[in-house]
Amino acid sequence: MITVVYFAWLRERVGQGSEQVETNAKTVAELVDQLRGMDSYHAAAFADIRAVRVAVDQVLTDFDAPIAAAREVAFFPPMTGG
Amino acid sequence: MPLILQDAAFDPWAMAADFSANLPGAGALVTFNGIVRGDGGLARLEIEHYPAMSRPAIETIITQAMQRFALIDALVIHRFGSLSVGETIMMVATAAPHRKDAFDAAEFLMDYLKSRAPFWKKEHRADGATWVDAKASDEDALNRW
Repeated sequence: MITVVYFAWLRERVGQGSEQVETNAKTVAELVDQLRGMDSYHAAAFADIRAVRVAVDQVLTDFDAPIAAAREVAFFPPMTGG
Repeated sequence: MPLILQDAAFDPWAMAADFSANLPGAGALVTFNGIVRGDGGLARLEIEHYPAMSRPAIETIITQAMQRFALIDALVIHRFGSLSVGETIMMVATAAPHRKDAFDAAEFLMDYLKSRAPFWKKEHRADGATWVDAKASDEDALNRW
């Protein structure tokens, strides 16, 4: 079981800020494929993966990153701090 | 290395005064305040962040600045929540023996906060709300460091 969290327009498209997901995904990319198949909301959120950034256990990483030991995976658009 | 993340408004001048009160060896103090710009009929700015990540991510950025530049200390304050036009969004302050390190460190902190601190801005106007897109130039700005 992994916690998946969403921010900004990804949160709005998915319709919730976080969810628990049962997964056998080995990488972020495999998790995205699984999430995409869940429903049309998730499919819309991940329609253009180039616009999505990912953090695994609060550390910015990329879609090839392994998630076997991860507790939390976060998806969000490019950051606009400052 | 004070870091403050809060939804409440703050007085950047009072914070700068506190920060500058105890800086032995400082010969230069640089402060930057980011404020909500009221262009295009903006009603308010909503700032969302990733609470579990924002503090460690910014602490890492401050630590890198401390290692890279000859700083005595650095301060970062960043707000989240709903902000009105003219309100202060965030500030950085850097203190160094000499001005170049203070200026460069402030720019380094700002460049990294812009693209590596997990905050997102949504602009609310009379006719709707839109998320602010990151600019390619913001990402490019990191390459100069």
